[in-house]
Amino acid sequence: MPSVPTLRLEGVSKSYGVGTPVEAEVLHGIDLTLQKGEFAALIGPSGSGKSTLLNLIGLLDKPNAGRLYIAGEEAGSLDEMSLTKLRGRAIGFVFQYHHLLPAFTALENVMMPMLAARGKLDHAMHETAAGLLARVGLTPWRDHKASDISGGQQQRVAIARALAMNPALVLADEPSGNLDTENGDAVFDLMRDVNATSGTTFLIVTHDPRLARRCDRIVELVDGRITSDRPNLDVRQRD
Amino acid sequence: MNPLTRFETIVAFRFMREGLTQTLLIVFGVALGAGVIIFMSALLAGLQANVVRRTLNFQAPIEILAPDQVPRSLRDGEPASVAAQIQPRSQQLRSVDQWQKVRADVARVPGVVGVTPVVSGPGFARRGEAIKSVTITGIDIESYFDVISLPEKIVAGRDDVGPLDIIIGIELARDLGMAVGDKVSLTTAGGIASTLTVIGIFDFGNKGVNERSVYVALRTAQSLLDLPGGASSIAVKVHDPFAAETIAEIIRGGNNLQVDSWIRTNAQFFSAMAAQILANTLIRVFVGLTVALGIASVLVVSVVQKAKEIGILRAMGTARAQVLRVFLIQGAFMGLTGALAGALLAWCFLLLWRGVARGPDGTPLFVVVMEPSLFAIACAGATLVGVLSAAIPARRAARLDPAVAIRG
Repeated sequence: MPSVPTLRLEGVSKSYGVGTPVEAEVLHGIDLTLQKGEFAALIGPSGSGKSTLLNLIGLLDKPNAGRLYIAGEEAGSLDEMSLTKLRGRAIGFVFQYHHLLPAFTALENVMMPMLAARGKLDHAMHETAAGLLARVGLTPWRDHKASDISGGQQQRVAIARALAMNPALVLADEPSGNLDTENGDAVFDLMRDVNATSGTTFLIVTHDPRLARRCDRIVELVDGRITSDRPNLDVRQRD
Repeated sequence: MNPLTRFETIVAFRFMREGLTQTLLIVFGVALGAGVIIFMSALLAGLQANVVRRTLNFQAPIEILAPDQVPRSLRDGEPASVAAQIQPRSQQLRSVDQWQKVRADVARVPGVVGVTPVVSGPGFARRGEAIKSVTITGIDIESYFDVISLPEKIVAGRDDVGPLDIIIGIELARDLGMAVGDKVSLTTAGGIASTLTVIGIFDFGNKGVNERSVYVALRTAQSLLDLPGGASSIAVKVHDPFAAETIAEIIRGGNNLQVDSWIRTNAQFFSAMAAQILANTLIRVFVGLTVALGIASVLVVSVVQKAKEIGILRAMGTARAQVLRVFLIQGAFMGLTGALAGALLAWCFLLLWRGVARGPDGTPLFVVVMEPSLFAIACAGATLVGVLSAAIPARRAARLDPAVAIRG
């Protein structure tokens, strides 16, 4: 029996300004499936609808048409509360601008998704967060304020935070877009490593063809439509 | 469970610490508001208690009198035309009918703590050439002191007034140049006179009373005022002075008697008090509103400043209700700490007031009541105001669209 795909989109469309004279459909009938453990890149020119698609997949926005399944659960049938819970449990975000909470330390930032889900602090989440920070090589900085560490370190904290709830899917929006090549590569390597060791599914939005070539699968979005979706044989063969 | 380990509390406190200047400013604002409310309320309560205490010094909360005499109407069937004008009867001094029975009945009414017969009427005090008009009060010392604490007010001599003794006020003593042991002649309108020895001088802190009231034994007053065996009124003391009218109503119900409570006879004082309470309430409402607007505006700004962080929290699975609570907790905390600081401030001012507000003789103008319950109510009220004023910003925060908020 085939396992349930981590992500499945069936005919997903998204329009803005519905009912107004400036109504515009940004995504047109997107079909996309990601199996568990895939490491896929989503590429496309600016304005092609990548961020919109990422918001839909991340359950931050709702499609106007079509169905969206996260780990087998149909998101359209869920109410606000269940959607929030599903988002917290199944999806991790890594944003371009790190988006850590500046008032909290690196460790607290990593603990935050667990704290939000469980409601109160406990020792186990402290351990988990410390373990994740060790994994991204930031143990010496764990008690530094998020605003007091470098950009590359912040992005690594963001990755640790995205993994805190052991999600099925990590969505990364230009994860290295704001970093120099060396740091960008290190962050990318880290994500590949997590993917290889934990089997976490990754969907990475990027402008950078060099990074896209290092993913297993490349999905290209142009004008709100998927124009190409192919396995990246270079990587497969190299691995 | 320790509330400080809760997600909402942790985030709320960290947000407040991040905007420490804002937080401190608004806490200070709340403190001033709460301080003003507490200070004013304590002052008003003190003033009120003081006036009540001074009034009830020399006046019984309830006084029972013989009913007023009214002109009798014509009997039915008598041929007569209706009079256009009815002249009210003049009221002569009369005894309360069967006052011993009334006294016993009233003593059983719940809330009554003292009942005493009194014979009271006008007279003249004469010493040599000096004559002063006075109100003679004949008292039964055994029960009278349960109702009026005359012994506490004696400044010279003693209080156990016998058939040939008299206790006079400090002003009258001055006017007639008398001291304890001197003789004074007391004459009534009926021409009955008696020479009595001053055994005590009292000071009720009220010039009119000190000038006009004299106390003699019940029997002495009965013979002076030609009311043998009678009592012109019955004075009643109740446990709660503010329940006097209710108890008076109960007594009125059982008798054909005139029952006056001090609440009725001091209607002017009570309406002044009501006006003061209204003014104080208005001030409280407006200060409370100002505090609420202050807290709300600080939190509205905070929601805008923290929009991105709220978006991140929402993206990582924080529920709307949790975001809502983060801001409500901030409002409650600002209200509570502000009120605690305000209570401290008010306490200091009240202590200062005690030291400064003194009469010319150095005694406090009036005792300021520092009720712990007032401080507790103020703190609870400020916390509630904090939560309520945080409601609008908190709802805004909870409704932020995370996708939009993150994009900034």
